[in-house]
Amino acid sequence: MEILDRIASALRQGDDQQVASLTQEALLGGLAAGEILQRGLVAGMNVVGEQFKAREIFLPDVLLSARAMYAGLDHLKPHLAREGVVLRGKVVIGSVQGDLHDIGKNLVGIMLKGAGFEVIDLGHDVAPERFVETAQRERAPLIGLSALLTTTMPRMKEVVSLVRERGLAGKVRVIVGGAPVNADFAREIGADDYACDAATAVERVKALLGVA
Amino acid sequence: MREIVRFTAEEARPGLEQLLEAQGLPAADALAPRLRALVDEAFAGYSELAEPRAVVEDLTAGAFAAVLQPLALEPKALVVGRVYPRADALALYVATLGEAVPARIRGLLDQGSLAEGYMLDAVASLGADLLSDRLAERFAARRSGAGGNGLRVLPYSPGYCGWPTAGQRPLFQALRPEEIGVRLNESCLMSPIKSVSGVLVAGPPQAHRFRPDFPFCHQCRNRECGPRMASVLRPH
Repeated sequence: MEILDRIASALRQGDDQQVASLTQEALLGGLAAGEILQRGLVAGMNVVGEQFKAREIFLPDVLLSARAMYAGLDHLKPHLAREGVVLRGKVVIGSVQGDLHDIGKNLVGIMLKGAGFEVIDLGHDVAPERFVETAQRERAPLIGLSALLTTTMPRMKEVVSLVRERGLAGKVRVIVGGAPVNADFAREIGADDYACDAATAVERVKALLGVA
Repeated sequence: MREIVRFTAEEARPGLEQLLEAQGLPAADALAPRLRALVDEAFAGYSELAEPRAVVEDLTAGAFAAVLQPLALEPKALVVGRVYPRADALALYVATLGEAVPARIRGLLDQGSLAEGYMLDAVASLGADLLSDRLAERFAARRSGAGGNGLRVLPYSPGYCGWPTAGQRPLFQALRPEEIGVRLNESCLMSPIKSVSGVLVAGPPQAHRFRPDFPFCHQCRNRECGPRMASVLRPH
């Protein structure tokens, strides 16, 4: 089996030590870091995402694979910088102000990283200004908002409104998700999109940012 | 009456099947060994670190109305606002698992042990919710002892069923849970993070009944109100 397939396979198994060791081996063998990232780690995480979406594996399985992905990425990062590899895009994510639930948001971050995006995770209880200011400062074209409580959902609208107030509509897209959120609510508040789960979030973010 | 209640970690430990069901995982006998290891490790960490404790204080309906009043909401626009006037007894509460469990969760996530951190978080979330149930059981037993047989007790919490999380501010001012180490931040989130707050409502089964036709019900996807109402309406 080609080494990139072995990396992808070890990642799917959640074997972080094996992924780290194979990534080093691939680098020593002369493979470009960008190629190892896309055809090894991202390819492996894509399969994990599809399996999770199809309910063939469970969330902890995804997290074990994510740890394996990070183990590989740690070895790749300095090489990626030297090669000038540009990730797919920058995404700012967080749970809205007043909401401390961040498991779903964390999973979205993991899946986005696994798909090759640079993720700026602001954590939970994030004020609207912080989302927008971070997106502006980091030149991130997308903000992902999460809320688990019906009582914190109105904060999503505040972020959307602030994006418009700052003249960023069309430049910074907003995607929303979380247990009580649905597509109707997203439309109602003027968000650009809605995702019902982490795997769908990756698809929607790719579509919003126009990346394959 | 105001009291500080301390539980052992075991008294506030969720069941294995409860955890698996909540996480959408297969039953214990069908669980993959690596997932079973994660679950066992999480329960062990929880038992080692959880320091469950609570502060509970009885209050009158008038005093509870004063807790809701600063929200400037029509009380009947909230589930708890519709339920509490029918209660025989009320008690405010704040309960926590302490700081050690959240600290371990943060540590695990920070070091990249995502699955381990996630699983401990899942156990702790259920454990924190269980504290509300344990306090409700204690309150029911106390009211039964005071001649309140047939009363059913349910906890109602800010953040749910229309009661804004901002409702925790007047609740905290009334209860002063700093005594058990729980504080509110500017966004009305509790610290330690695995803490719960609310009001215990003791009343006849029908007191807890309401039609889920509030504006926020249309956005709610967890729909736990039905099973909650059923739990008090069925004969004990």
